[in-house]
Order: sequence, then structure tokens, then C-alpha cells
Amino acid sequence: MTRIPLGMPTPPGAAPAFPAAAARSTQDATLRENLRHATHTIRAKRAAAVAELSDWAELRAAGAAIKDHTLRHLDHYLEQAEAAVTAAGGQVHWAADAAEAQAIVTRLVRDTGEREVVKVKSMATQEIGLNEALAAAGITAYETDLAELIVQLGNDLPSHILVPAIHRNRAEIRDIFREHMARWGRPAPDGLTDEPAELAEAARLHLREKFLSAKVAISGANFLVAETGTLVVVESEGNGRMCLTLPETLISVVGIEKVIPAWRDLEVFLQLLPRSSTAERMNPYTSMWTGTSHGDGPAAFHLVLLDNGRTDALADQVGRQALRCIRCSACLNVCPVYERAGGHAYGSAYPGPIGAILTPQLRGTASALDASLPYASSLCGACYEVCPVAIDIPEILVRLRERVVEGGAVTIRGTRAVIRPAKGHAAERAAMRAARWTFDHPRALRAGQRLVSRTRRLHPRRLAGPGRAWSDTRELPEVPPESFREWWQRTRGPQGTA
Amino acid sequence: MVAADPGPAGDGMSSRGRVLGRVRRALADVRAAEAAADTAMAAGPGTGAGPAAEAEAAPPAGHAGQGDAAQDYAKRDYAVRDYLRVHGSRTAPQRVALLAENLADYRAHVHHAHEAGLPAVIARLLTERGAHRVAVPHGLPGDWLSAVTAERVPDSADLTARELDAVDSVVTGCAVAIAETGTIVLDTGPGQGRRHLTLVPDHHLCVVRVPEQVVDALPQALELLAPQHPLTWISGPSATSDIELNRVEGVHGPRTLDVVLVTVDEPPTG
Ligand code: SF4
Repeated sequence: MTRIPLGMPTPPGAAPAFPAAAARSTQDATLRENLRHATHTIRAKRAAAVAELSDWAELRAAGAAIKDHTLRHLDHYLEQAEAAVTAAGGQVHWAADAAEAQAIVTRLVRDTGEREVVKVKSMATQEIGLNEALAAAGITAYETDLAELIVQLGNDLPSHILVPAIHRNRAEIRDIFREHMARWGRPAPDGLTDEPAELAEAARLHLREKFLSAKVAISGANFLVAETGTLVVVESEGNGRMCLTLPETLISVVGIEKVIPAWRDLEVFLQLLPRSSTAERMNPYTSMWTGTSHGDGPAAFHLVLLDNGRTDALADQVGRQALRCIRCSACLNVCPVYERAGGHAYGSAYPGPIGAILTPQLRGTASALDASLPYASSLCGACYEVCPVAIDIPEILVRLRERVVEGGAVTIRGTRAVIRPAKGHAAERAAMRAARWTFDHPRALRAGQRLVSRTRRLHPRRLAGPGRAWSDTRELPEVPPESFREWWQRTRGPQGTA
Repeated sequence: MVAADPGPAGDGMSSRGRVLGRVRRALADVRAAEAAADTAMAAGPGTGAGPAAEAEAAPPAGHAGQGDAAQDYAKRDYAVRDYLRVHGSRTAPQRVALLAENLADYRAHVHHAHEAGLPAVIARLLTERGAHRVAVPHGLPGDWLSAVTAERVPDSADLTARELDAVDSVVTGCAVAIAETGTIVLDTGPGQGRRHLTLVPDHHLCVVRVPEQVVDALPQALELLAPQHPLTWISGPSATSDIELNRVEGVHGPRTLDVVLVTVDEPPTG
């Protein structure tokens, strides 16, 4: 059989597995159209931005090597970063899991006597459910990234790393602003239309009041330089600068994998990230700060170093490379599964291919959703090719499928354990073996994918076999007759990026 | 040394030990492989990178080294850096032209001035932008604002963000500009002000002395900058693409960025 194992096992669990969640998304024509437009637009722009640099391959290799080196000596660099941040006037806190991070941040905010905080978009705080924890403690967190504001006002969830409100069109955004802004602060201007410039102006006015009165801000960081203790936030709108500069207290929640050894290493990542992410030579604003500065910016700076499953991923010799990720979102934009399923189907802060490999490693594969995530891929490899730190996402997916289906040794919350195979899924085990075989035989994999694409033409309304689980929707006829890999090879042009 | 995972959530110190302990256990295979490699290396000639490689890997500004044996591997160059320092070779005028082109590409307004004409250009731009009140950082060259009629609001320790919100424009210099990316970098040095000065007003006028403040590429800029000071890298005005991917200039930062490239008189040669 050359069938690609798109299907997924369904171990017991309450959360909807990826296929069920994806089915809801794929039946929403608006969402799919927004997603298709967005991902294809960014994809093309990114390719052009990357093609400008003749040394992209060398930068990519260096980025992967620096991150690998850091991960292999993570204890050393974390301690070095801690010492440097402390020496520069910051305070460092360590959080082994989400609950600890929530407790630390809640206590730090309470110590200031404030009940409101402004936030700049941060995957780590979303991962740990910080806003909800703060709300339970009577503290309101205001998201200040335009897209996060749209998401928060709409009582919604982000669906893309870079463009979290990618699933909303301008008319929906206008309605959300009109309806909900007043409840959170300054209402939307009268007669607000759905012109993007007007919507941005409404957000500017709404949030300006928050920035000017905020005493506490919460951020993440893109990089933490161990040698100097410098934190780096890369952004576009200026809400990051507002949060990092105006309040009296700044709390940054940073995953332990964000550390890089040296100041000089930024020369690699500040070239890789903007071009991969927003497809720009450089993003509008990059802020760097080291501890506190007298008379400039927050007088108190707290760095919360977050584990929350990262060391479990680190313990896996194949899976640990996922910790290189710099959250650029390039892999989302080329992923045919993400394009159809939407970000919400991945059930975590991390959608798309990176979510499919990161979430099951951070949270384990005990729930139906997390166990199904490694199957949310056709293993076409496009994500690997665009990844600026060369994470072999298909390799990790295969590894995780193996773990789900065959069980084996894992590390859960720092403790080694042996998990049992998902029961009653002989078919999945067979699929797993097929996947491994095809993976060892790239030519067969390509042939297999072409076969599947032809199968789609024969059965346009649903995929056969295991693939049916997530592709069983009315709108499947839109799947192009050529496979993704064929499309990629045909359209990416002579400037390969790998 | 943490041998086993301590119990559930406790104070900060125990979490620190727990996280570092997990890291070390997770990397047991790495340490084992390294020990084997070190043994092999000790038997052969040469150990690690020579002095030249170490010097090359040294950071631009002096940073306290840690007296840690682990520093040995941190000093070996841990990545092959065969990427380019600069993308192409340019004369100084070409470098300045590229900076102007890339700034404009990201919707900054680029202007050229000769040193003697700079005050007039600044005054004209402020008038055109309707600036009534202008924030002035410490150390701004005295004559830059000599032709300006708008009210000057000097930066001071008690100038609040709310007060800055009532200021129309800010005029600054910069630390360095990067041609290949169209970026200007502020390091809060003389003539640049504290960070909020260039953030809250809606119009930022930034003067770049060309060609001496312009480098070709990002790696060169990093070498010139000291991370001890807060740094703000600016590539065009504030922007968002969050609404159907339409780029909209100016969300929270200054919506208008004027960059004046000022040519300094060449000292007479010979
Ligand atoms: S896995 Fe790679 S491509 Fe995907 S977000 Fe992370 S760094 Fe970017």
C-alpha cells in the first residue's frame, strides 16, 4: 500500500480530535477563503524576501547550528542569562509548568497593587492561559496587538501565529469593534466603516488610553541573549514598544528555548526571522533591552523562564529540534492541511505544522486531540523547506506517530515513563509502518503523494481510508488535482530555499 | 546538582532547581557523547578553536566572562558562519542611495540636506506636518532647530507619556543606519532621547549623517551597538497587516517617519 496515513487513532478523551475540529473549520467557506488568500499572499511575499539574500542557505544552517548548540548546553546558557539579567537590574523567576508561571505573574502583578495590565502578543502567555488565570485573580489583561485585540473583543481564539485574526474579514472586525469596544474602554468612533485605515485608527484611539495609564505590562520575547542578558522583541505596530517602555513594571514570560548564546548571534536570527515571518527585510520595530535603565522605561523588570514541557521535548533526541523554532509561521503558510483546517483545529497556541510537532511534545499525547495532531499532515515536506532553522517537521511527525501508535519511552514532566500503544488500532500501526517505509524512500513518498492526488480526483468528495477522518467535508472538490509537492516544485521557481 | 525531580510547585528556588535538573537529565545523551569525543580529542593533536577563532567569536562590547569550565565549548565557534557579512560591495554614495531606497520602500519619507541647509529642512518639514509642539532630546546639536518656530518641549526626567501625547513631533539623530534593510537604530545616546520620546508623538523626524552613520548590513550594525543601552530598531513607520493583510501605516508608533540624510562637509584634503 502506498496510502499516506492521514488518518488518526482515536484514544479516549474529551477534547475533539484534530479531524473533528478541522471538519468544522473546513466547512466554513469564509474562513477557508480568508485562509487561502492570506497564506498564499504571505507565501509569495516570503519567497521574494528570501530570494533577495543569496546566502539564505548559509544563514539557515547557521541558525539551526546556533540553536542546536544552545539546546545542547541549555543549562549553561540559562544560568548565564540569569546572571546577566540579574546583574543588569532584572529579577529572574523560574516556572516549571503553566500553573507556576501563572502564580508567579499573578503575584508580581498583585505586588504592584494594580488590577489592569497591558499585554503584547506572546505565544508563551497564550500557551499557559495567562489571561484566564489573571482574570480569575481579578486582574484584567488588555491585549494590544491589533489582531489580538480583535480576538479578545470577539471572545475568540487566535488562528495564526503572525496574523491571529486571519479568520476574520474586515466587516466582521468592524462589527466586533462597534459591538464590544465600549465594554473594554473607549468605544469605537461613530460611523466606523470597514476601511482598514479606519479600523486601525479605532484601535489606536482605544488602546492609547490603556498605554498612557498602564502601570504594568506583560510581554514575551523573541530572543534572550545569554552573554548580555538582552531581550529582543520583534514587532510591527508599536504596541510592543508601548508595553516595553511606558509602564513602571515589565514582566516577560519567556520559554527556556528562546535563549541564544551571544550578542553576535542576533546577526543570524534578525535576518532569518523578519523575512520568514512578515516577508520584510526588517520588521518596523525591534526593541532590545537589558535589565532596567535608569530613567528610561520600566523601573522593575521581571523575567519568568518557562519550562512547561520544553524539557520533555528536549529529552527526545529526534523531537528536541522542535525547540529551535523561532515562531516565524512560515510553515503554516505553506501547509495544505493548515490551509484547509484553520488554526483553531490544532487546539493550542501553536497552529499548523509547528503545532503538530510542538503541542504533543509539550503536553504529551494522552488526549485525543494531542494524539491526533501528528496525523495533521500529509508529510509533503514543504514546512521543512521553508523553515528558517531547518526543523525536520516530517521526521518529528513520524516519530510522534510512532509514539502514539507503538508507545515507548517518553519524558513527562521531567520523569521518564513508558507509554502504551494506542489500543485497537492495528490499521494505524500498519499506516505507521507505511509512513516509515515511505519516509525512508523519498521517491516512493513522492509517488505515493501523486497517487493520493489522483485518488482525490477519482473520489472528489472525500479521501479514502484513514484520510477520510479529516477530509470528509462538502468542500473537498476544491483540493487541486496536483499534489502539494508537485505544486511546490512547479511554482517555487529556480531559487530553492532549502 | 539536582539528582531527582523535587516535589510539586514550591518557591522560586526549587523551581529553578527542578527546571535545570530536567534540562540536565534531558541532555544526558549529549554529555555522554561529548565525554567520548573529549577523550578522543585528548588523544589527538589540537584542542578546540585557536586564539584567532576565539577572538572572532568575542562580543563587540566587553562583557563579564564567567569563570566556568563550560565556557570552553561556548568559545569554540559553535556555528559555521559562512554567510555573508555584506550582500554586495558598494561605494559610500551607493550605500546611501540604497538606504534611501529601502527606507522609502517601507514608507518612510526620505529627504536630503547639506549640513548648512539642515535647519531649514527641519523647519520646513515640521511646518508641513503641522507641528506646534516639538519634543527635543538632550544633546541634539544646537543649530538643528535654529529655524524652528514651534514650541520646544525638552526631554526631562519628569516628562510623562501623557504630556508627550500632547506633543506633535520629535526630532532626533540616530546611532547607526543599515542600508540593506532600510533601518535606523536609536540607542538613547545624545540627540536621541529616552525611548518614549520617539514613540508617543505621531511624527518622528530622524536625521542620519551620511555616509558615516550608514553601514551596509545588519551584522556591521550589531558590532557598533552596545546592548547595555536600550535599542530601538526602526524600519519604516508603525504598520499592521492584520486586517485582510492590508498594510496600514501607523497603529501605535509614529504614523509619519521623516528621515533626513544630511551630508557633512568633507574636511578640505591635502
Ligand atoms: S517550525 Fe520553522 S517555519 Fe514553523 S514557525 Fe517554527 S521556525 Fe517558523
